[in-house]
Order: sequence, then structure tokens, then C-alpha cells
Amino acid sequence: MRFWEKVMKLDRRWIFLLIALAVLIPFLKPLRLPLTVTKPARDVFDAIENIAPEGAPLLIATDYAPSTAPELDPMLYAMLRHCLSTKRRVMLLALYPQGAGMAQAGLDFILPEFPDAKSGVDYVFLGYQPGIQAIVMYLGEDVRLAFPTDAYGIPLDSLPMMKNIRNYDDIALIVDLAGSSITLTWVTYAVARYGEHLAAGVTAVSAAQYYPYLDTGQFVGMLGGLKGAAEYEKLIQEKGYTKAREIATIGMDAQSIAHLVILFLIIIGNVAFFASKSHKKKRSTAGS
Amino acid sequence: MKERKGLIFGSVILIVVFIIMFIKGEPSKNIMVWIAAILTLSIYSFLYKDNVFYKFAEHLFVGVSVGYSVSVVWQNAFIRRVFDPLFITRTYIVDGKFSLYLFLAIVIPTLLGMLMVSIFTKKHGWLIRIPIAFVVGSYAGMGIAPSFQAYIFEQTQSTLYVTLSISSFIMIVGVITTLVYFFFSKEHKGFLGKTAGVGIWFIMVAFGASFGYTVMARISLLIGRMNFLLHDWLGVIK
Repeated sequence: MRFWEKVMKLDRRWIFLLIALAVLIPFLKPLRLPLTVTKPARDVFDAIENIAPEGAPLLIATDYAPSTAPELDPMLYAMLRHCLSTKRRVMLLALYPQGAGMAQAGLDFILPEFPDAKSGVDYVFLGYQPGIQAIVMYLGEDVRLAFPTDAYGIPLDSLPMMKNIRNYDDIALIVDLAGSSITLTWVTYAVARYGEHLAAGVTAVSAAQYYPYLDTGQFVGMLGGLKGAAEYEKLIQEKGYTKAREIATIGMDAQSIAHLVILFLIIIGNVAFFASKSHKKKRSTAGS
Repeated sequence: MKERKGLIFGSVILIVVFIIMFIKGEPSKNIMVWIAAILTLSIYSFLYKDNVFYKFAEHLFVGVSVGYSVSVVWQNAFIRRVFDPLFITRTYIVDGKFSLYLFLAIVIPTLLGMLMVSIFTKKHGWLIRIPIAFVVGSYAGMGIAPSFQAYIFEQTQSTLYVTLSISSFIMIVGVITTLVYFFFSKEHKGFLGKTAGVGIWFIMVAFGASFGYTVMARISLLIGRMNFLLHDWLGVIK
């Protein structure tokens, strides 16, 4: 019984150490655990596949900061690779100040793989503008009201890709990569008011709250956390669009092992709690 | 004391593992990667004990985040929306003629925005009510109708669309019993109490799912950093 009491008083730093090893070891000795693609992730992939090459663009909103980058960066990379390798046009913008930096970092990381891709022809980076709701509504009227120039100060009218793009009618799909509730602003204004198609790439923390929007059809699909990113990486690899290093997929072994360790700790913690509780009860009964 | 010794031993083992990987791997030659790696390790050192490295990295993070956001907003909001149109591109001059409408379209929002700063003075602090009233009024006007559409009509319609399936049955029972749990005008006794009790189970399942996803998210962040340390910094994994 003293064992369970010791477990109850265990220094939590042992748990930190255990989790660190559970994440570290699968990186050094990969297990290659199977990864299944779920329907919400496949729906995002299919929605982008259905966009005509060199036609209406995909709009990616990078509404996240470095704190959620490990989950959302792989999604951005995978989508940029998907679009640029298949000549699908991309517009990037941010409604979150730090999101502009994330989008630029994403472009800097991916563009060396596509030396032929040109700014203003294959992709346009619009940068950041403050006023979240107002910007989402402006995009429904005229993109130029919200972004008169791209992120580098070039007027949109002088960019070949933007010549026939005025508002949501000319944008095939929006993908919001968000580490906050900004996705709901897109749902409220772009989807409910303008009837635009929206897919979401969200952090695992917020994924649970967004499932109802999949049921209603307000999202055409959803990528949830690192697992969602890994599923998307698998889909573009299967199609042969890229052979680049799969950042999210590499981490899935560590994710699975860490989850098993946490499950084990939850079970041990509960057993220790009830065992020490019944032991105390027995002692108090014997004492009286 | 014995346990503390064990912890120190465990931490030393972890540090030794990193040193071995440093020797066997191909460490980055990029100074920025080194700075990022040192800051990452400084932040994680808090897991053992609060210390000066953690405090330095934390304060640096807060300062850089705020500084970066302020500069981005300054450049994209003030310079692009106010300074440039007023003094550089002069968008209020159309075909050589001064347009009062376009001029006021820049000046009035700027003045309203500047009133936000009035909160810092006791004498003129009340002026902040004007821009706040404008923001609340305009955003409420813009948001009420589409919010009803997005969050109430669409969700209700989807819930009412019942099919002959187990998932549809579970959803209907879940929605009704959870709503009953949040009905406080009658004491939760008898049939009402039992129905509310079922509602609590559904709420607990929702909390469990949410917690599971939260654990996944936190582990993902650790995986992201571990990937950076092992691949970008130490070069021990391809």
C-alpha cells in the first residue's frame, strides 16, 4: 500500500522526464506506425483538387502565431506544395499581426522547391490588415478595399493574377489556418453572408469545438492539429505531388507513444488515488 | 532527498544524450538556429526549476512578440492607411481636384482612433466613449444577422435533420438532455432530474474529447520543438 501512497506523492518532474523520453526515442528509432486518413482531411484535399489549375485561386489565411506553428506550419507547407506543384494559384493573407510573418516564413521555406513560381502570377501575398470583421466583409465586396497593394507595396491591379479577381465570387475556396477563434469570423461573414466555401486548419485544442461546423456543411473539410497535417502530407505524397520531408508525419510516432504514456499515467494515477483512499478508510475504521 | 538525487540523475542523463547527439550529428552552422535552440532549452529548463535562463527567455519572448506586433500594426494600419494616403499618394486629389469626401474618409476615422488614447488622461478620459460607441455599434450591426444565421439557424437546422441512424439518435438525445440540464426554472427532481443526469454524461463526454485534443495539442508543440532540436539544430535525424 505504501507504493500507491508514494505514487500519489511522486514529483511531477518524473512525468516531464518520461514524456520527454517518450517523444525523443521515436524520433531516433522510428516505428512507422500506420496513419489513416480521416474524411474531414480528405474533404479538404478533394476541395483543393477540384480547383481548376490556373483558374480561380485558393485563399489561405494564416491567422496564427509562432506559439501554434508546430501544428499549423506543416498544413501551410503541404497546401503550398499541393497548389504550386499543380499550377493552382494561391492568395495569402493574415488577419492576425504575427500571421503575416508566418505566411512570409512559409513562402521562404517552400519557394526554393519551386523556382519557376512567380509572385503576382502563381501566388500573391497580401500581407496583414487590421480590423478582422471589416476585412472579411471587404473581401466580399472588393479585395482592393481591404488590400490596395500586396505585402510588398505593389498595387493589385498591376499583378497579372489579380486582374480578374474582385471578391469571393472569384475565389474558389478559403482555407483558414488558425490558432484562435478567428475561424468563426470567416464562418459568420464569408460563409453565412457571402456563401463562400471554407475549409479550416485548426489546432488540436480547438478542433473539438469546430466539428459541429463540419456537420452543418459550413466547413467543406477540416484538418485538426498535427494529425490533420500528417494526413494531408500523406495525401499529397500518395498523389506524387512532392517528395519533401514530411514534418508532421515524422512526429506521429512520437505523438502515439506519448499518448500511450499519458493513458498509462492516467490509469496509474486513478488506481493510486482509489487504493490510497480505501487504505486510509480502513486505517480510520481500525482506529475507531 | 533521495528522489531529488534521482531527478538530477535523470536530467543529467538527458543532457548527456543531447551531448552525444551533438557529437555524432551534424550541428547547424547557422547562428540564428543556435540562438533559437538555446532559447528553447532555456524555456524547457523551467520544467526542472525556475531559473535565470528561463526568466531571460520568457521576458525576451514577451518583448519581441509585442514589439513585432506593434511594428506590423504601425506599418500596415497607420503608415498604409493614414500617412501614405494623406501625405504621399494623396488619394483625396482626384483628377487634380480636391475631394472633401475622400479627405474626410481618412481624417474622421483617424481622429476617432486617436480618441482611444484619451483614456490615458483623467481630464479627457471620457472621450474614449465616442470611438468605443462607434466600434460597438458598427460591429453589432454587422454581426447580429450573420451570427444568427451561422450559429443558430444553421446549427438548429442541422440538428433537426434526423435520419434513421444510431448517430442521429445519439445526437437528438444528447441535445435534448443537455438542454434540460441547463433548464433552471424547475428543480432537477424526478423525470427532469434523471433527464438532466443523462445530460451531464453527454457534457462529460464532450469535456473528455476536448481534454484529449488539448493533450494532443500540447504534445504536438513538444514534438515541434524536438523536431527542431534534432533536425535543424543537431542534425541527427533526416
